[in-house]
Amino acid sequence: MTAADSSAGTSPACGDCVLNNVSNLRELGVSPAGHDIVAAVAGNPNTGKSTVFNALTGLRRHVGNWSGKTVDRAEGGFEYRRRRYKLVDLPGTHSLLSTSHDEDIARDFLLFGRPDTTVVVVDATRLERDLNLVLQILQITDRVVCALNLVDEAERNGLAVDSRHLARELGVPVVPMVARRGTGMTELLEAVEQVVSGAITTRGKRVQHRDNRLEQAVSRLSEQLEREFPGVANTRWIALRLLEADPRVERAVADGTLGELSTAATLAAPPGGNTT
Amino acid sequence: MSTTLDRLHRGQTATVTALELEGAERRRLMDMGLLVGTTVSVDRVSPLGDPTAYRVRGGLLVLRRGQAHQIHVALLGGDPT
Repeated sequence: MTAADSSAGTSPACGDCVLNNVSNLRELGVSPAGHDIVAAVAGNPNTGKSTVFNALTGLRRHVGNWSGKTVDRAEGGFEYRRRRYKLVDLPGTHSLLSTSHDEDIARDFLLFGRPDTTVVVVDATRLERDLNLVLQILQITDRVVCALNLVDEAERNGLAVDSRHLARELGVPVVPMVARRGTGMTELLEAVEQVVSGAITTRGKRVQHRDNRLEQAVSRLSEQLEREFPGVANTRWIALRLLEADPRVERAVADGTLGELSTAATLAAPPGGNTT
Repeated sequence: MSTTLDRLHRGQTATVTALELEGAERRRLMDMGLLVGTTVSVDRVSPLGDPTAYRVRGGLLVLRRGQAHQIHVALLGGDPT
């Protein structure tokens, strides 16, 4: 081997090696034409969603540390283990019981866009608060990977998170990471791939209401919804919102736009519009 | 001792006993971790006392005095001045 070879860093052989996981990642930037998989990135504000998004797609979305920075969906693509992914970066939201426009975007996409998998980014230093959203998303879909971001910050604050225990409790993979430095990115990709391919069967924790009358009302209402809007996802969730008298959901059911929402959320992607 | 959140002083810790708010505002605060039984402490107070930053479940929640006034708490400790 010549000096020139070694100074080139990794040889071409290394780049193709199956042991080199990152070699399986190809950033596709903003042109994810012909994707097989739609993945969403969700999470509370300021947990590093856009950082994760950028690391995977090779895009440089603006990351800013103030509330409501990301107000629209951004899309990018990458290829991993011969699967092409369309990745959708959602605005930060504390909850799916939304109260603002950017929260609506996130909620509508998760509910009606039916991504194949959702990466929920949580801040390890504010785990207790962030798990609220994780649990809410787990009521809608099982195909979730939890990205436990900012573990370096947590460590600095004397916090250690038992990610394996957390994964058991939630029923979905939990990947500790420092997205800013790229730590844990390979593990995240692997987890996403395994959830997508079905190599891991996730069993998301469901919240039990333990109230027979409520459960009966919910199942009766969701049956009706299914009759009225065939093919609409998460009728159980919608039924719960109706019982809670969520005005937006009530309106969507009353004027029949609920049926359209399921298609609109997937089709109406904003062209390149990312941030304010 | 029962009081409202806006009457707490810096460093004091209390437990939420009731949220006297309705609709979206109530929902939002609950989404951010402010529930009955949650421990809250005063982290920082702005020069004129409004707004005030509270520690809630490891995160920082900044409220206006008007909002804080509607949150009932039971004092846990700290220095009752």
